[in-house]
Amino acid sequence: MSELLAKIAECIEFGKINKAAPFPPQMKGQEGADELTRQAIDEGIPAQQILTEGLMIGMEKVGIKFRENKVFVPQVLMSAKAMSTAMMHLKPFFLSGEVKEKGTLIIGTVEGDLHDIGKNLVSMMVEGNGWKVVDLGTDVKADQFVAALKEHQNAIVGLSALLTTTMVNMGKITKAIKEAVPEAKVAIGGAPVTDDFRKKIGADAYSPDPQGLVEYLNTQVA
Amino acid sequence: MGKITEKIKQGKVLISDGAWGTFLQNKGLAIGECPELWNITHPGEVLDIARSYIDSGADMIETNSFGGTRFKLEKFNLADQVFTLNKAAAQISREAAGTKLVLGSVGPTGKILMMGDVTEDELYEAFKEQACGLEAGGVDAVVVETMSDIDEARIAIKAAKENTQLEVICTMTFEKTVTGEYRSMMGVSPAEMVQPLLDAGADIIGANCGNGIAGMVNIVKEIRKINPLIPVLIHANAGMPVYNDGETVFPEKPEEMAAFIPEIIAAGANIIGGCCGTTPEHICKIKEAVNKQT
Repeated sequence: MSELLAKIAECIEFGKINKAAPFPPQMKGQEGADELTRQAIDEGIPAQQILTEGLMIGMEKVGIKFRENKVFVPQVLMSAKAMSTAMMHLKPFFLSGEVKEKGTLIIGTVEGDLHDIGKNLVSMMVEGNGWKVVDLGTDVKADQFVAALKEHQNAIVGLSALLTTTMVNMGKITKAIKEAVPEAKVAIGGAPVTDDFRKKIGADAYSPDPQGLVEYLNTQVA
Repeated sequence: MGKITEKIKQGKVLISDGAWGTFLQNKGLAIGECPELWNITHPGEVLDIARSYIDSGADMIETNSFGGTRFKLEKFNLADQVFTLNKAAAQISREAAGTKLVLGSVGPTGKILMMGDVTEDELYEAFKEQACGLEAGGVDAVVVETMSDIDEARIAIKAAKENTQLEVICTMTFEKTVTGEYRSMMGVSPAEMVQPLLDAGADIIGANCGNGIAGMVNIVKEIRKINPLIPVLIHANAGMPVYNDGETVFPEKPEEMAAFIPEIIAAGANIIGGCCGTTPEHICKIKEAVNKQT
């Protein structure tokens, strides 16, 4: 059983979606996350265990390799694709309540900024770690974050920006969020963002890479 | 052989221009406003930027068309204006440049091929449409820039090459990794970039944006190890942005950038200009430094 979960983790780590997928070349012709997750369920392995001891292990490995610049965006995207394929099999268990999300992350690219590659990457990594993600899209204004936060109580907010000109809006949005919901936690990220900047605008967390956000979120699990 | 490669063959080091985006913002372009629309609504301001770089001694200037593909313009409901906005961008820079050269700027679409966001054909059509608009407005070359994905870069080069008479330049954007190598967001190294871009038909290759001119020296060296002859263009940022009192600033002063000119020419760069945070003053100092060298 643990061997099967290890195989699933490997499929996620290397982005092996299903048997037909040509990527990665060294796993060609082998069963992928799709088939193996189905098999694990059929063998009676609890869905929660498949998630935490299979899928999440693989996502964590690719997240760490990405942080260390051992892999780049394409490999992470393939891992995320494998993950979402596997998650389709687990969906009924989330709906029934047998598997629970760790919490909710509300994420969006800030007002004035239309870039979404980084935000989407972070969303996939966070989802792959067992969180629910509410994606507000790009060009998201302060009141939209606040409204989402009121709808999803106790959610953590993630702000993304690519441009030096739009990162300044993170300050404005963080302030509005804290005024509306004082106990709310705000995490920020994006190419021009630094921890120094985070301190200046009064946000709670910064990470230069998605895995760092995942680690921060996991310290916030109630 | 095109006009630009011809000049480089004669052994000249050419000067390109500096930033446009940050310059437009200083002139009042609001955050969230479409920069390319200013080619129609504020042509005088755009012309002013173009002229300021010609006045500072640039041999070539770009156009205000970085986000001029339909995939970027559709976010402003301007997807049906691709040809018009790019043509207008080219005409403005042409007017400022006179006999100097104009490079039509083509930036990434923001779509990821491998995720199935778009097909190769859709990308090709989008780049073709933009390149044709730029050519109609009178550019001398197309510069496909800030690329991180080799496939998107190849498609953009092919689309320009196969549908216009223009010279085609392609520059990718590299960051320094924790191990000290240079890689694009999609994991491409400067060395890996060279052959695919040449195979796609690029006349000139290089790097733009990034973390400052010091890193660009290493990037040029890496390209030169693979290919000693292909003309290399560098558009460097004025360093890494820092946050200061509610605004972000690019810290490298004109003199600081100019100090790297001997080194970057020695490494093998043929065309040198600026990217984010650089100003006409930067270009002026770069020009002085180049003149001392050649």
